[in-house]
This record gives sequence, structure tokens and C-alpha cells, in this order.
Amino acid sequence: MNKLIFANLTHRPVRTLLSVLAIAVEVTMILTLVGVSHGTLDSTAARARGVGADIVVRPPNSTVVSALSSAPMSDKLIGVLMQQPHVALATGTVIQGLTFPDSITGLDFATFNKMNGGFTYLSGGDPVNEDDITVDQYYAQHRHLRVGDTLRLVNRDWRVSGIFEGGKLANICVKLSALQAITGSPGHLSQIYVKLDDSKWTDAVVAELKTKMPGYPIYSMEELTSMLSINNIGMLKDFIWVVITVAVIVGFIVVFLAMYTAVLERTREIGILKAVGGSSGLVLELLLRETMLLALLGSVLGIALTYGTQWLMKMLVPPPLVQETVYYWWPIAGGIAVVGSMLGVVVPGVKAVQQDVTEALSYE
Amino acid sequence: MSEGVMGAVGAGRVAALAEPIIQVRGLTKIYHVGDVEVHALRGSNLEIARGEFVAIVGASGSGKSTLFHILGGLTPPTAGTVVIDGKDLARMSNQERTELRKTTVGFVFQKYNLLPTLSAEDNIKIVEYIGGRPTAFTPEFVEVLHLLGIADRMKHKPRALSGGQQQRVAIARGIVNNPAILLADEPTGNLDSQNSAAVLAVLKDLNERTGQTILMITHDPEAASYASRTVHIRDGRIV
Repeated sequence: MNKLIFANLTHRPVRTLLSVLAIAVEVTMILTLVGVSHGTLDSTAARARGVGADIVVRPPNSTVVSALSSAPMSDKLIGVLMQQPHVALATGTVIQGLTFPDSITGLDFATFNKMNGGFTYLSGGDPVNEDDITVDQYYAQHRHLRVGDTLRLVNRDWRVSGIFEGGKLANICVKLSALQAITGSPGHLSQIYVKLDDSKWTDAVVAELKTKMPGYPIYSMEELTSMLSINNIGMLKDFIWVVITVAVIVGFIVVFLAMYTAVLERTREIGILKAVGGSSGLVLELLLRETMLLALLGSVLGIALTYGTQWLMKMLVPPPLVQETVYYWWPIAGGIAVVGSMLGVVVPGVKAVQQDVTEALSYE
Repeated sequence: MSEGVMGAVGAGRVAALAEPIIQVRGLTKIYHVGDVEVHALRGSNLEIARGEFVAIVGASGSGKSTLFHILGGLTPPTAGTVVIDGKDLARMSNQERTELRKTTVGFVFQKYNLLPTLSAEDNIKIVEYIGGRPTAFTPEFVEVLHLLGIADRMKHKPRALSGGQQQRVAIARGIVNNPAILLADEPTGNLDSQNSAAVLAVLKDLNERTGQTILMITHDPEAASYASRTVHIRDGRIV
């Protein structure tokens, strides 16, 4: 039986290869999308954690996942926050969106450095002048930047003062005052990071701040990062399901066409199997096992191709879009490919089962 | 297979010669082609004893292929009774007819009907697999392969075999599960005279040595001469 399945698949190698490839693309498509979603959110969460703050205060009417591209909060809030019990340090940032998915962050480097020890520089250092800019190694690599190079962003030229290890706060940083001036929001902030004298007070201080600053979304860092998941971003979740549905349809169509053609082509062979005592169940089993093998081969190839897309993402797409390998999605994507393929073999399978033996044997 | 083994099996079968293995009474088959009724068989009667080698001879369109398909459980009769090895075919469901093909009847077709993607050996073994038997050839069956002259051609795919060799593989496939009856439909129809003679000699030898019941459909009187009995069919009736 297995020999017959392999023989059937190798009998038409191009058709088999194309079917496997199409299923592989289906799997790669799913895993790449899921990988980019997870990778981008995880790297955002990691950068947020890298700030070293315990609490984040965001502008009224913002959500945890909304893009911060304005500075509606007064920087006087820093002083207010610093007076609260257990608050050791508070620092604000301004975020200005660039071409998606980039953004530039203005920060008070002195306070930021006190909060977490500052960036670890691979070359250069913190901005000194108002037109200095510092970027992480991924952005520098993608844009081929070195210290001293000029980088044009938000309609002005910046001098690269340093290239730091990624994973902390943002990819592109300038002095707070410089970005406030450019964006026309002097004295205003996009969000505020708060560090406590002891993290054990986080929940208590969050609760206290919520009562004192009604309307301001205030999160513990743990809460903020845990909320950065696909399930909390409705549109992303919906988008993933749309892609999965498209992938299942693609898999269905490919397998349907491949197996339908195979059943037509093998009409006589199916007749022979039935003539020598093969039941309809055996014929169906043969097609199902053949399809299952195609789906499994396609899934394995699809997973392998995901490493290719990961490499392409790294080479061609700038951070913060990062593709992760999400291992627990391997069986899910494989399962989706199998389901799509099995749906595709239903009609050819029924056709094969219903074939009349004598007619099939006279098929030329 | 050795003379001793073959002889013993053959003697057992020959002893049961009088017992009918195929009984056909009033067999009728009507095909519907659009609104037209085509009477392929018109109340045919036939009785074949266990161990016989019978040739059914008739011209094209006489109904012999329809008779072959009905006796093989490939298609149901319209009316009449067909008892094969004690089982009434007319009362059988599709599933039961499948079981009959698996256990009781072996086929040899004019066009060989070997699976082109499998080797000769696997073409035979898949029938063993379908029959629920171990897919390893017994020493006795290996001797049958030698008798058929194809023991050294087992690894070849059908396209690498001559027509005569393919037909002998088909014969081996037809008998591998020890069916009670071997049905052969124009087994020499696609062969030259030399290969035809060889295949017919193999069938005759098989019948004589093992007592295998063989029912051969043919339009060729010379082929029919290899059988122990010849039955003629004309216009859907056995005459």
C-alpha cells in the first residue's frame, strides 16, 4: 500500500512537487505572519521592560496598543509624580511616528541613564547636541549607518552620535528637547516612565496614582507588557484569521486540482484495484494517505521556508518588525494545511469511490 | 511448485470435478443506453464443475464479456440466478461482490491491467494485501512463478515486460490468493501467436497440475482448443 502511494506520487513528480510547494507556501504564509506578529510585539515588550521602569503613565484616551505619536501630557506631571510616595525616579519621552513601522523617540538621557544604566553603546555615545541622534545596531545595520554619518529624518539632518545594543526603549533616539521643538510640543510628553524605590509597591502606587490622576491610563510594566499580545489586538487577530482562511482555501484548491486530476488519470488503476477485490474504503484510504503525505511534506517544507522568510525579514525589513520562530504554531499551521488538503480530497475521493468497475476498466 | 505438491492438490481438486462451482440459471442482463434497452444476455444457463477449464466462445457482441463481468461480480445481473462457489450473486450487495472478488474469483484481462507504477512483484503482492494475506511469496508460489517463467522478472515494471510476460504476471496475480475460479477474458487478445500459445499452455498446465477452475472467454477457436470443454454463446444465449 505504501509502495503504491509512493509510486503514485513519484509517477508525476512535477505535479507532486508543485502540490507540496503550494502547501508549503500556505504553511510559510501562516508562520511568517504569526512570527512577525509575535516578534514585533515581543520585541516591543522587551524594549519596554528594558527601560527599567515599574510604572508607565500614558495620555488620557490612549490604549495600551495605540500608537503614541503626539505629546499631550504636560512635563509638569514629572514633578507631581516625583512627589508621590515610593517614586524614586520619573522620566518622560516624546514619540514621533515616521514611515511605518519606524518612530523616533526623544528622551532625557540623564534621567533615563539613572533609571536603567543607559544604553550599551557599540560605538559612540549619547547625543550631546540638539541635532545628534543615536540608533540601535539593527537600524544602523539596515540603513548602513556609522557614527558620524548624517541621517535625514523628520525633515532635518541628524548626526549619528552613537550605535547602541538594541532591546531597550526604542530604535531611534534623540534629545527630548530637540524632538519637542521639532514637533511643536515644548513642555509636553507622550508617556512617562516611573521607577519606584522598591518594585513591591508597584500595585499600591498604581492604585494610588489612578485615584489621583483619573482618566490617565496607568499600568504596571508587567501589566503593560502582558497586554502586548495578539489576543489583545483585535485587528491583528482578525487579520491572522483572514490569512489562515485564505491559506486553507489555497491548500484546498491545490489539493483538489491535484487529486482530481490524479483520480481522472488513474481511473483505470482504480478500476483494477476494485476488480481484484479492493473496497471503496481502500481506494479512499489510498487517496487520503497520499494527500496526508503531500500535506505533511508541504508542512515540513513550509516550516523550513519560514527560516528563509525570517532571514529575508532581517535583511530587508527594518526593526521594529521582527520575525520570531513561534514553535507552538508549527503543529497548528501543519494541522491547518492537513485540514485544507483533506477538504480538497473529498470530491475527488467521492468520484473515485463511485467509479463503476467495468467502466473504469475500459477507460483509455 | 514440485510435482508432489502440485499432484496432491490436483488430485484433491479432480476428485471434486462433479461438484458445480458455477451455476447460472436464466441469466439476463439489460443495459440502458439512453432510452434504448440493450439485451446483452437473454436467459442463459451454464454449469461448470470444480476443476474444469472451460472456454466460452462467441463473436463480438454475443454477450460473453457481460457474462464475464457478472460471473466476476463486477456488475450485477438484471434477472436470473448465478451461484458461485455456493453463493448467490444476485442477492449480493456491492460489498459482498467486492468480498467475492477478493476471495473467490481471480481475473486475467485482455489488456493485462497491471498497475503501471508498481513492479511485477508488487502488482501481485498488492492483491495479497487486499486479500488480507501476508505479502511474502510462499515457496510454492515461487515455484508457480518459475512455472510461469517470470520468476526472474519480478522487479521489473510492466512497461519493461513483453505482452506475454505481462499476461503471465496477470495470471500469477489472478491465482496468488488461491481463488476458487480464475476468469480470463480474451487472455491472448493482445498477444502474438507465439506468446498466445505460451500463455494458453500455462493456463492449461495450471488447470492440469493444480486443478484450478478456469473459465476463459475467447472469440478464437484455437485458443478454445486448450480448454477441456467449449461452450458457445450467441446473441446473449448459451447454445
